[in-house]
Amino acid sequence: MNPRSRTADVLSRVFTGGTGTVYALLLIIFTVIFFVNASFLEPPSLMAFLKNAAPLVLLAIGQYFVIASGELDLSVGSLVGAQVVIAARLIDGEESRTVPVLLLMLAFGVLVGLVNGLVTTLLKVQSLITTLGMMLVLFGAVRFWTGGAPTGALSDAFRQPGRGGIDMPVVRQLPWALLILIGFVVLAIVLMRSSFGKTLIATGDNDRAASFSGVRVWQVRTTAFVLSSVMATFAAILIGGFAGVTAQVGQGLEFSAITAVVLGGVVLGGGRGTVIGAMGGALALQALFTLFNQLALPSTLRPSVQGVIIIAAVAYAAREHARPRPAKPPPKAEQSPRTTAITN
Amino acid sequence: MSQSVRTSRPTGTPSWRLGPTELVYVALLGLVLAGGVLVAVQGQNLFSTANLVDMLTRSSLLGFIAIGQTFAILCRSMDLSVGYVVALTSLVAATTMDGDPGRIPLGIVAVLLVAGAVGLVNGLVIAVLRVNPFIATLGMGLIIKGYLDTQYQGPAGRVPSEFQQFGYTRIGFVPLSTAVMLALAVAGIIYLRRSRTGYHMFAVGGNVEVARMSGIRTGRVLVTAHVLCAMCAGIAGLLIAARFSVGDPRVADNLYELDSIAAVVLGGTLLLGGRGGIGGTVGGVLILAVLDTVFNIMQVDPFFKDVLRGVIIVAAVAIYARRQLDRQARRIRFDDGGGGGDSRADKSPPGAPVRAGERGGDR
Amino acid sequence: MRSTPRMMLAALAAAGLVLAGCTTDEPEDATAPDDAEDVDESDDTEDEEPADDEEAPSDEWFVQADYERELAQRDIEPEGSADQPWLQALEPAMVDTGEFALDTEGNTLCFSNASISNPWRVTGWITMQQQVEVYQASGEIGEFRVSDAADDDNQQISDIQAFVDDGDCDAIIISPSTTSTLTPAVQAACESGVPVIVFDRGVETDCMVTFIHPIGGYAFGADAAEFLVDNLEPGSTVLALRILPGVDVLEHRWAAAQQIFGDSELEILGDEFTGGDGAEIKTIVTQYLQRGAVDGIWMDAGAGAVAAVEAYEDTGNDYPVMTGEDELSFLRKWQETGMTAIAPVYSNFQWRTPIEAAVRIWNGEEVPSEWVLPQNPITEADRDEFLEGNADMPDLHYAKFGGEDLPGFPDVWQDR
Repeated sequence: MNPRSRTADVLSRVFTGGTGTVYALLLIIFTVIFFVNASFLEPPSLMAFLKNAAPLVLLAIGQYFVIASGELDLSVGSLVGAQVVIAARLIDGEESRTVPVLLLMLAFGVLVGLVNGLVTTLLKVQSLITTLGMMLVLFGAVRFWTGGAPTGALSDAFRQPGRGGIDMPVVRQLPWALLILIGFVVLAIVLMRSSFGKTLIATGDNDRAASFSGVRVWQVRTTAFVLSSVMATFAAILIGGFAGVTAQVGQGLEFSAITAVVLGGVVLGGGRGTVIGAMGGALALQALFTLFNQLALPSTLRPSVQGVIIIAAVAYAAREHARPRPAKPPPKAEQSPRTTAITN
Repeated sequence: MSQSVRTSRPTGTPSWRLGPTELVYVALLGLVLAGGVLVAVQGQNLFSTANLVDMLTRSSLLGFIAIGQTFAILCRSMDLSVGYVVALTSLVAATTMDGDPGRIPLGIVAVLLVAGAVGLVNGLVIAVLRVNPFIATLGMGLIIKGYLDTQYQGPAGRVPSEFQQFGYTRIGFVPLSTAVMLALAVAGIIYLRRSRTGYHMFAVGGNVEVARMSGIRTGRVLVTAHVLCAMCAGIAGLLIAARFSVGDPRVADNLYELDSIAAVVLGGTLLLGGRGGIGGTVGGVLILAVLDTVFNIMQVDPFFKDVLRGVIIVAAVAIYARRQLDRQARRIRFDDGGGGGDSRADKSPPGAPVRAGERGGDR
Repeated sequence: MRSTPRMMLAALAAAGLVLAGCTTDEPEDATAPDDAEDVDESDDTEDEEPADDEEAPSDEWFVQADYERELAQRDIEPEGSADQPWLQALEPAMVDTGEFALDTEGNTLCFSNASISNPWRVTGWITMQQQVEVYQASGEIGEFRVSDAADDDNQQISDIQAFVDDGDCDAIIISPSTTSTLTPAVQAACESGVPVIVFDRGVETDCMVTFIHPIGGYAFGADAAEFLVDNLEPGSTVLALRILPGVDVLEHRWAAAQQIFGDSELEILGDEFTGGDGAEIKTIVTQYLQRGAVDGIWMDAGAGAVAAVEAYEDTGNDYPVMTGEDELSFLRKWQETGMTAIAPVYSNFQWRTPIEAAVRIWNGEEVPSEWVLPQNPITEADRDEFLEGNADMPDLHYAKFGGEDLPGFPDVWQDR
């Protein structure tokens, strides 16, 4: 393939279909915000926006892995809540305990992901049910352990990633959250371009064909669940750092994450979608909430507007798929898995 | 081809078979016995009038919602807006009846109309706009939530005492609401097995492409399923109004939608659609109700209840899913973006985007 | 399909059941709403909505008479000793409980709890359990049965019905999850002849023996709003943060605040629903701060107050004039930052009073028909004293829990 059509190919792959829709939506929302309040697009405000959005983007990336493999993870909200409460209780304000507790949280996240994955793949329980059950278990177990309300306190060191940053001119503060976010996005893209990523998409697309091709479907899916739980753990670190510990932390985040991922063009059922798309969906959703605030939209109307926009965005993306596409030239051999897999 | 168009009782096999529905009731029986023993050890009687009434009352509300959810799930769809529909219809009922016994029929009709409208919109968004059901019904739920929050700032309306009977009267130890729920279940079972649209729901859920090519108007079937689902949720709203004597917007906070899906799956209906039925769903609802009652009598810590519930739901489905897989024939699917021939992959609903060149939905 | 004969059988069975007899659990007082209205007019008890609100979708949570009464009650000296605030009562009208007196010891006390779904309720629940243990040790209370409805009104109705049907309860304590919807269930409990004690939120009937509550939501909201008015210059901006719409205890607080703000010269930038989530609160406050100054914050409860204050820190702004609640995290932050603030309270010690009331009723002693407990906000003057007394308690503990003299203090609350 010559370089020019390769660039065009890359661009078209990244920006067609759902991914394109979501970035267009993001652009529209930002434009409206700019008209309402020009100061929002000043660097300090943008940094604050990205700091707020970072946890949701991480959750969306994790959810992307699971949905791309053909499953669903409803337990991430409860996991975030559980991790924050666990951290608070175990750290109890002692700075020295921060790092050991962080490692423990990561281990716990991996464990939860493993359980989700193995129950779904080996016990063959539908992931909706598995993760629903896990959501209930985490919710109840954590409250049972703390007697109903979170106890302890997070250390300042723990709160740094979510709340702090590097003080700089121009942007006032470059949040650690943003750096962590960029780091994970890059890692996720690299992962999806590796052979694991290809097998993940292939599994979501048609797991029987994938297993005939030698893919260990149960390993791939379990890994996806583990990735989702690990991302949720990092999101918990950011959220706990940002806002401290409240009793309701994490509730409802799973629906936000799934909404973000679907907005980003990832198809529920698997086999399509990009990390960039999922990230775009999360940013668009967060921007939408910001827009509501800037417009001073009455609080009670916001769910309705959110619902309409979500349906409209997904309907629009679905329309694009329905339109007959111009026939593609037969893909070259070495590129065919990526082309069919990543194109929305 | 005929493999996909199948009810939960395949022809040609002996009519008595330990199918998924029977398995649910065996599990229910086991649970009741185990629960009865556990409770007796505590010195209480699970089968006292009070406890039986408690169990059955718990089951009637969820039962209405779960029966409706069955229709949606059979068509490989789902409805996450049912909680909000219940809240909305309870308010519609209470404000329409407004304390006047003469207006009870009007209230019931209003509820069914409003619920039907919501279901219609859900179905159209899924079938015509081809938004996947998770998002479509989640979005609809949010829209209703915004309406409720804006229009109603708390409980409203007044339900005449004649209608409150629906929520409180008992026939022996069977609450009237449970009896109505069971009657609705029977009606639903007859509908699914006898009527053409009902039969088609299994087809659409089994393989929407094949169904469409067989001449089934898949869009209409899907819309019908959602209308029925929402109307059942509307009846649940009527029950809430009867029990509370007012309509209550906050009723939507109780996550009935996830409970109803759990009940349907516990009852042996596949999330992938095409198999299952209302009989199993009622069993699933009863299982959850017995569990909750036993926990309540034994004064299990409310948070530990959640843990147990989660584990039991997953364990129960693990037992069913394994059995169904062994018996189920492999289904060859057209590329529909979904998983393979087993029940693991969750949802690739009929409205999901399909590859270039194909069109799904109604003709 | 061989199911049709079975359907027939099922239908016949159902018909047979009908013939077997119908009963109803509905309270005899079938015209409950009407009665409640009459009661409303004459009794003016807290947390009841007047007739006109019941006929139409309620747009108005504000009842002028209740509002004025609560604000006046703040200044009334309660009867009883100040070091036992959970036993104090404001202008009590006593009722005779002789008909409920029991000679027996070891009576069964039943409690239908709305939930323990927030830290305020968790704190109160621990306190109540400790109080019960005291009386179990001395023999007045035998068994203590509890049903937790997890905030599900329908569930709580069933829970109360189950208590009534069981017939084992010698007294029933109810903390209703919603005012209007629980009314028929409470009435049914009253009609069973067992003494009924209602606390925290009320219901729209006065059939119970005693209704225990602190002054109320209007006073709470007014305490906070008046503090802002007194401490801010005219023309200052205030942001109101609310948890949820449609919950009467919270709506009354906001209604009172609106009344007071309306008469003042403060500019209200907006009122936002936060769900009590810290991240949401911080995000909202940050965005308002980006648009301009926010000089004061009014909150309808303490959850997330610290997050709101942190938003100011993170954006480099000076602290606002702040209102919160007696949650320790807020009190600690207040002490640490030295800002101008007040902590209105919704007297957590009210969880002890129903147990006391039950024991008194069994002894045939008088109790107030409406037991109004004192509700004094924590001001700068007494904040430090409360913090010292609660030094090792967790952040989400409530300072006015009133359990210092109970056996488990302090470990039971610390170790929860």
